Amino acid sequence: MSAPTIAPGISDEVRELANQEYKYGFVTDLDTDVAPRGLNEDIIRLISSKKNEPEWLLEWRLRAYRHWITLTPPTWQHVSYGPVDYQDIIYYAAPKPKKNLGSLDEVDPEVREMFDKLGISLGEQERLSGVAVDAIVDSVSVATTFKDKLAEVGVIFCSFSEAVQNHPDLVRQYLGSVVPYNDNFFASLNAAVFTDGSFCYIPKGVHCPMELSTYFRINAADTGQFERTLIIAEEGAYVSYLEGCTAPVRDTNQLHAAVVELVALDDAQIKYSTVQNWYPGDADGNGGVYNFVTKRGMASGKNSKISWTQVETGSAITWKYPGVVLKGDNSVGEFYSVALTARRQQADTGSKMVHIGKNTKSTIISKAISAGHGQNTYRGLVDMRHSAVGARNFTQCDSLLIGNDSGAHTLPYIVVKNKTGQVEHEASTSKIGEEQLLYCRQRGIPEEEAVSMIVNGFCREVFKMLPMEFAVEAQKLLTVSLEGSVG
Amino acid sequence: MLKIKELHASIEDKEILRGVNLELNAGEVHAIMGPNGSGKSTLASVLIGRDGYQVSGSVSYEGQDLLALSPEERAAAGVFLAFQHPVEIPGVGNMYFMRTALNSLRRQRGQEELDPVDFLALAQERMKLVEMDQSFMNRSVNEGFSGGEKKRNEILQMAILEPKLAILDETDSGLDIDALRIVANGVNALRSAGRSMLVITHHQRLLDYIVPDRVHVMTAGQIVRSGDKDLAVELEANGYTSVQQANAGRLAPVGVAR
Ligand SMILES: Nc1ncnc2c1ncn2[C@@H]1O[C@H](COP(=O)(O)OP(=O)(O)OP(=O)(O)O)[C@@H](O)[C@H]1O
Ligand SMILES: [Mg+2]
Repeated sequence: MSAPTIAPGISDEVRELANQEYKYGFVTDLDTDVAPRGLNEDIIRLISSKKNEPEWLLEWRLRAYRHWITLTPPTWQHVSYGPVDYQDIIYYAAPKPKKNLGSLDEVDPEVREMFDKLGISLGEQERLSGVAVDAIVDSVSVATTFKDKLAEVGVIFCSFSEAVQNHPDLVRQYLGSVVPYNDNFFASLNAAVFTDGSFCYIPKGVHCPMELSTYFRINAADTGQFERTLIIAEEGAYVSYLEGCTAPVRDTNQLHAAVVELVALDDAQIKYSTVQNWYPGDADGNGGVYNFVTKRGMASGKNSKISWTQVETGSAITWKYPGVVLKGDNSVGEFYSVALTARRQQADTGSKMVHIGKNTKSTIISKAISAGHGQNTYRGLVDMRHSAVGARNFTQCDSLLIGNDSGAHTLPYIVVKNKTGQVEHEASTSKIGEEQLLYCRQRGIPEEEAVSMIVNGFCREVFKMLPMEFAVEAQKLLTVSLEGSVG
Repeated sequence: MLKIKELHASIEDKEILRGVNLELNAGEVHAIMGPNGSGKSTLASVLIGRDGYQVSGSVSYEGQDLLALSPEERAAAGVFLAFQHPVEIPGVGNMYFMRTALNSLRRQRGQEELDPVDFLALAQERMKLVEMDQSFMNRSVNEGFSGGEKKRNEILQMAILEPKLAILDETDSGLDIDALRIVANGVNALRSAGRSMLVITHHQRLLDYIVPDRVHVMTAGQIVRSGDKDLAVELEANGYTSVQQANAGRLAPVGVAR
């Protein structure tokens, strides 16, 4: 596609939108405590001691590190990028608190202002529509809202570091139980160096009274962000969890290698939603976040249910396959995804559903949109084991291409070792219809708006799975990310 | 209101419109008939600004150069096409689509936008005109609509968007007898002194309902004959061959018509 052009007849609002660059690209001047560049056992000891961790956790990190150095980065994914120099990354950066935080009101005003700019309120009185937020800047959690209110019903929602201090037994029991430290290259790296993240525990029978949310922000330069999230839903518990991310515009690449582990016991339900809007790099492919993430849920209890919903519009490169291990009988796993690649973005994403229990059921709905020079690959695994009697999967992968230089690829892997297993797979690839565009424009809808309308329509099945506010946010994000893709 | 002069249009090297001349005054309804492939839909496409044609000649619409405007600007200026083959837009609600369209037009015209409640009231009133059920509004645009339902949905949009120049491309094709009457009544209700229509059709039957001021016959990319409503009756009886023969002298067919 030639330089993005905008139809002459478009409204000022759309023009303004179209001229809007990545709006979260500002850098906040925070006084930051950083570790020296590079990775070795000393750095890991430093991180662990900064965080005042128990011995067993340091040992776990070191085991992960010793395993990691034996590994080479995976190359099977359908993305290309230069080699990452893991010794040139800063593995620990934390905004220095001006004083000890006694309460939320004492959050550093600069940090607070940064989050205000991002549209995230850290003030509980402003009640972000009843969403509790854990705000993470660079490597550490800076604030968690509504903690007390949640504690009343027994819900623990805090930063990972705090959980290690205050709930070490829970952390020890579940850490690495879903994504072991030797799971894959990036998961091992994360296990060795993770600095913070969110921890959430919903006790037996509790329906978490509000949406829980973590907001990630990479601020410091040349910093890797390695957070780790652990969510445990006890028997009959329910939680809906949201995750949002942004990073400043920088011309170097930033590495984000997170791990998320979910555990759902009998009859428990976890709904995990992500709106990922890391800096995607510029139109020529300079800069941007490498988003190499391992997310997995263990539906260990009978009738448990884990749903992943993701809207991925950011990052230069996305490599993630949120999955569910369906261990409990009748457990359910769901994956709803919208992945948009524009500019020079590349995404290799999909889901893994491993059916172990009887009558387990999984659904995968993937909507990939490629614009500009974007490359989008769906990669999915449906694995039905011998024990998974009566297991069922439904997979639907739809790709939408905008322009002539974008690409979409679908790579479904299906392994069924059980005669009663049922797998249904549907796939489609379409170009954004000239005919649809003309139809909208004939009715008076300006081109950019028409594209966004058609794309949003294409994604509707996924958006309707998101909590209301997130759905609105996701639609806006898509619109902004698509700007200049037409013409 | 609309003056088309020596309009030529080609795709790649194939000339489809070969010098169309047509004048339409405010409030008039003209019918265009003609064999398959003669260029009727192409004329409509060129008038709404579809991409991909090399166009020469001139089209003046209310004194403006229509050909210089983008499709959405033409829409804002009051040009509407009921498509011969309306497209489906999955996931986009019909009601939402029409409200967005109306509000886009209003915005471009500097008018205030309608909120969903006011729009719903307007839509419900106009739906009566084409006897369309509310359930169609909650479905995706044209998705899974039958051929006839799609055509009805086009006329509903026309009723809501209130264009000044409406081009109806074979809106009668695929309609059953009752639907034809309903759609024609809807169209007639929308006839007004300020609204002109160009009705493309193959069937004289439609023109019994929507009585045109003029009838034009297009063959091989030109309007070869014009007359009053009786011309349609004559065509019905004798077919296009008679028209073509009558004009054989001045037309040099180049094998455009199939
Ligand atoms: N994109 C295209 N490429 C090549 N030829 C085209 C293209 N579009 C239209 N044509 C040709 O132009 C001619 C006129 O087509 P058009 O659709 O305008 O006919 P029509 O009069 O509307 O016919 P019908 O009554 O069947 O609807 C046809 O021969 C058609 O095949
Ligand atoms: Mg036609």
